[in-house]
This record gives sequence, structure tokens and C-alpha cells, in this order.
Amino acid sequence: MSERVAVRKTYKLFIGGKFPRSESGRSYLVQSSNVSLASRKDARDAVVAARAAVKGWAGATAYNRGQILYRAAEMLEGRREQFVALGVPGDEVDAAVDRWVWYAGWADKLAQVYGGANPVAGPYFNISAPEPTGVVAVVAPERPALLGLVSVIAPAIVSGNTVVVAASPSEPLAAVTLAEVLATSDLPGGVVNILTGAITETAPALAAHMDVNAIDLSGVTDTSLATDLEVRAAENLKRVLRPAPADHDWSVDPGLARMTALLETKTVWHPKGV
Amino acid sequence: MFEYAPAPESRSVVDLKPSYGLFIDGTFVDPTDGGSFKSINPASEEVLAEIAEAGAQDVERAVRAARKAYDKVWGPMSGRDRAKYLYRIARLIQERSRELAVLESLDNGKPIRESRDVDLPLVAAHFFYYAGWADKLSHAGFGPNPRPIGVAAQVIPWNFPLLMLAWKIAPALAAGNTVVLKPAETTPLTALLFAEICQQADLPAGVVNIVTGAGDTGRALVEHTGVDKVAFTGSTEVGRAIARSVAGTSKKLTLELGGKAANIVFDDAPIDQAVEGIVNGIFFNQGHVCCAGSRLLVQENVADRVLESLKRRMAQLRVGDPLDKNTDVGAINSAAQLERIRELSDAGSAEGAERWSPPCELPERGFWFAPTIFTGVTQAHRIAREEIFGPVLSVLTFRTPAEAVEKANNTPYGLSAGIWTDKGSRILWMADRLRAGVVWANTFNKFDPTSPFGGYKESGYGREGGRHGLEGYLNV
Repeated sequence: MSERVAVRKTYKLFIGGKFPRSESGRSYLVQSSNVSLASRKDARDAVVAARAAVKGWAGATAYNRGQILYRAAEMLEGRREQFVALGVPGDEVDAAVDRWVWYAGWADKLAQVYGGANPVAGPYFNISAPEPTGVVAVVAPERPALLGLVSVIAPAIVSGNTVVVAASPSEPLAAVTLAEVLATSDLPGGVVNILTGAITETAPALAAHMDVNAIDLSGVTDTSLATDLEVRAAENLKRVLRPAPADHDWSVDPGLARMTALLETKTVWHPKGV
Repeated sequence: MFEYAPAPESRSVVDLKPSYGLFIDGTFVDPTDGGSFKSINPASEEVLAEIAEAGAQDVERAVRAARKAYDKVWGPMSGRDRAKYLYRIARLIQERSRELAVLESLDNGKPIRESRDVDLPLVAAHFFYYAGWADKLSHAGFGPNPRPIGVAAQVIPWNFPLLMLAWKIAPALAAGNTVVLKPAETTPLTALLFAEICQQADLPAGVVNIVTGAGDTGRALVEHTGVDKVAFTGSTEVGRAIARSVAGTSKKLTLELGGKAANIVFDDAPIDQAVEGIVNGIFFNQGHVCCAGSRLLVQENVADRVLESLKRRMAQLRVGDPLDKNTDVGAINSAAQLERIRELSDAGSAEGAERWSPPCELPERGFWFAPTIFTGVTQAHRIAREEIFGPVLSVLTFRTPAEAVEKANNTPYGLSAGIWTDKGSRILWMADRLRAGVVWANTFNKFDPTSPFGGYKESGYGREGGRHGLEGYLNV
């Protein structure tokens, strides 16, 4: 009896909850697979999908967002071996699962920790609460491809932002596989969009896009590219997270900073009286 | 309008010098290249004083002084002692508040009623509030050991000269940073008097440095490689340029920029209160307010009633001498700003909106603009999109709450918004949907040191005031 011929997977983009090929029809060979080479148009399409998802995701209850992020951790745990088969160390998969769970729990606590009542000198009710900034463009760390990716996506979406992520160009398979995890986690389409391909092609389009509210440059290693992206981002005053140091250890406790950098604080006043 | 006898506040409390130097390393010094400019009273065009203009070398001296003070004195000092200096400053501001208020009105043109009752109490309160944080930073929620950033370059506008100084300097010093601050070129005087207060408080030399000048001085300051933090309040256009200039550096940046706030009046709002709020929203400080309620969105079925009442109220506004205690609306801050207000107002008429001002006699000398409203404004009109920064209100109408949200958010800005309605659930529904950093419900233009202030979108990033205001001055 002859050995069964395997069914191979086509690695595609993840935009608006669907898995399209690049509109440009291009791919590149990496990790022994043909992976979509996203174009500037794909980046713009992803921003449209991300913007369309903001209302529902930011408007969902914090409890609901936490449930969905936790569900993503469950799905990731279940696919552990699949990531290991792609070359992701088992420890890294475990750490990525734990990070999803950690961030999932923040969904309904962030407003209490980061917001609060302000004791103004007058008869006014006054309260400050964090809100998502909107659409966040993210350049994911080159590696660790899975833990780095989870560590930049989770803090952005837990508060209600939606993201367009430029995945690690040299190790994109973990990103496309994570998209499959997210697609089966009740995460609404468009909340996370993942582009594979060249950072130099997608990131400038995202940095200059007028409907993007913030950009996380964590994975940018070329300092002149980082400066160029920050200059582009200034056009509509995007919130900017600068590149992570080359020796950044993605396994340490990330603290609140990645979440709070992508939040707006809204303060509401109302007079007290009878 | 009732005739009131003039009730001018005395100028004698202010001791104006003919000329002022730069405040660097604890003393007033002459600028290296000897440049200067004049600060004038916008209500009379009288020259108030000759002000030193800081060049690149002066900025260099100031940054170096701030660095030395950070390394040697202010950085190593305990939070408890930093707090005491800030409390001293707060007390001195209270003690000299009349002098500061009169000087502010002279240099800026704002009514003494506002500088005395709004600006100065808030300035002192701001220093008091942040003084208390100086020895409690590890409890501020930014981790167990938050550190200062270093030398802060701060550039502030002319609309609330001393209040903006307080918003910048108080949190910076409380967090352990030292500062080089550039006041606006049309309103440097209260910042220079503040420098004297720093001397009087025996604040260590170099902790606060004040460099006066215009755009070039500001550019030299924010682009200086020796600064670790840049804080700017002003126009979105300049904010963008600063964001570009810090790209690729490790400088931390906070920006408080322009606005085009919607003040939304529903048909169930108490009309008289709403009209007071509309007037306060746009005519407070001559409309020179980044969070001014410059777009009135009024529900269609009460638009006529609201406008009639608003016009009646506007006819009672007293425009004139800023030092007169009866004055409601003072002078426009500068000839250049007056020109911008005129240009945009003319565009409003040219684009088809209907212009109205109450009968209003304006003084002959100085820069004046009568309180003005435009009705029949559409969202495409320049006066509905661009920040006028003057006493000019654009009136638009809406039918449903959803339409009000849509119109209110239809702007690249997102600094503030107002809601007037008697229905609590509608306030909260609206507040959730308005993309603005401050939402005033059944009130407007309220400020407090404990209350974070700052914008969404192109109104900038970072917050000033409250616990949040510390974050921009700490490495967390």
C-alpha cells in the first residue's frame, strides 16, 4: 500500500476574517512555503476592514472581549503541536498561551486600574475612563515569531482597538497559523488583520494612512526605516510606540505600558445639584 | 444694556521693568546676540516691555543649566523636599495673585474677571496638586519605581500664559525633571514674573529656565539634542512639525493641540442654562481656547428658541477694557490673530453662512472683534472645520442623537465636547460615542488640576492634569 500523499496548505493573508491571497497575486518563498507578498493595496484593504470592526469591538462589553481573548488562548493551546511542527519551540507556544490568558483577564480591569474618579474642587461628578484609540498598525517582532506576535496583538485588542499587523517576514507561518486560531475564537472579522511580506512595502503605507490612529514599531530593526515611519505617522498625529530594543526579552512581564500607550483617556464632567 | 460706571482694576500693583532678560541658571541674563522684541498690551497697542530674544546659543546655555541642575540637585533631591519647593511656589502665587492677574490681563488682553477668578486660582491649585505627588510617585500606579525623564523642553501658547506654564512646570518638577520653558512671544511677562517667584522661593538654580522668543527659539529648544522630553501646547500644524522633528530620537513627546468642539443642545435641555453654557463655551477668553465650543449643534425643533435666547444674551456681553471688572470679553491677543479671525469670518460669509453680531461699540485702539455667530452653516464650510480661535460660533442643526454624534465626530480634532439634555441615559450614551478627551455635560469649560485634559486624534496625545498628567514626565 502506497504512502498517503499529504494535502499541503496555502498560506494566505488574514483580512476582515477571511483568508484572501494578495490582490497583487504575488507570493514569496519562505520557510519552505509560498507565502502571500502583501501589497500597499492589501494594507489599505486591511485598514478598511479594521476600521469597520472598531464599532462592534470597542462597543462590546469588556467581559465579552475578555471571554473571546480567553477563547483564543484555548484554541492556541489546542494547536500546540501544529506550532511546534512549524519550528516554534514548545516553551514559546506555552508562553504565548499564558500571555493571551494574562491579557484576557485585563479586559474588565483596565478601566478600574487606569481610570477613576477625580476629586475636583466644585460640585461636579468627574470621572476619567480609558477608551481604545481605534485602528492600530503593528510591525510585529521578527522573532520570537509567535510570542512576539501575541505580545503585540493582545495588548492592542484587549481594550477594543483593532489591528493591522505586518508579520515577521522571515518567519510568517506562525502568524498565518495564529490567524487560523483567531478565526476560530469568535473574534469578529477585522479585529485582527495580518499581512505577510515585506515590511518595507506595507509599513510605510500603514504609517502614512490617515485612517490609522496609532502605530507600534516594535519589530522595526532598521533605524532609518523607523525614523521614516515615525515621520509619516506625524501627518495625522498617530500615537507611536517606538521600536523595541534589539535585546528585548519578550518573555518578561510586559506591564501595562503596551496597553496604555494605545488608549485615550476620556474625562466626563456633570454638575451635582437638585 | 444697563450703563455701568467703569470699574478698572488698578495697574499700580504691577511693577513693570523697561526690559527683561532670559532666566537661565537662576539669574536673568542678556541674550548672547543681544536680540529683543516688544511685548504690547493688545487692548491699547502700548509697549509694555522689551523682551530678550533667545538664540540657539542661549537655548544651549539654558539646556546645559537644566541638565546640571537635574544631575546635581533636583534629580538626587528627595521627593519630600521637591514637594516643599512646589508648595512654596504655590503659596507665593497665591500671595502675589493680584499682581499676576493684572499683568496677565495687560499682556494677554483677557478680562481681569477671568484672570483673577479663573486663571490664577487654577495656577496656584495646579502647583498645590502636583506638589503633593512629588513624594508619592511610587503610589501613582506606574510601577514601584517610576523615574524622571531628565530635561524637559516646554513650549506654551498665549491664550492662558501662566496657566499653561503651571500645567507644564508643576508635573515636570514634581516628577523630578528640570525644565526649559518658552512662553509665547506675545505673552512672556507672567512667565518672567514666575521666574522671580522661583528666585523668591529659593528654587535651586537651573531647575526652571525661561527662554523668551518666537518660533525659531521654540524650534531650537525642541530640536536640541540635550533634551529628553518635549511638551507642546499650540496649533496642530506646529504639533505635527514637532512630531516629525522628534522622530528617530528617544525624546518623549506630549502634545496638546487644536480643537473644534461640538456643543450639543437637545430639545429637552433647560434653554437658559444651555445658553449660558454656549456663551461660556465660545466667548470665554475671547474664544482663544483650544477646547472652545465653537460648533453649536442644536436640535432642529428648538433651534429658533435657542438662537433667539442666545442673541438676547449676546447683546448683554460687555466688550472692552480688560482691566474693567465689568468686562466680559476682552481684546484679541494680537494683530495676527485678529487677521486670522477676520479672514475665516469673511470666508464664512462668502461661503453662504449668515453672520450676526450684537450692536457693539469697539475701542479705537487695540485689537477687537465683536462676539459673532454664523447660522446656516454646513459641515463643508471652513468655519465648521477650521479652528478660528476667536469669539466666533458656527451654528448647525440636527434631528436625532445619532446624527448629533455623527456631526460632532466629523472633524480631525477630538479635544472636547458639550452635551445639554435633562435625560441622564442620553448623556451617558452620547458621552460614550463622542471622540473627545473631555466631555462636559450640562456644563462647559470647567478645569481642575485633578482632572486629566487632552485630546483624541489630531488634538494631540498625552494628558495634563490628574494622576495621568504625571505619566508624560516619568519613565514608567
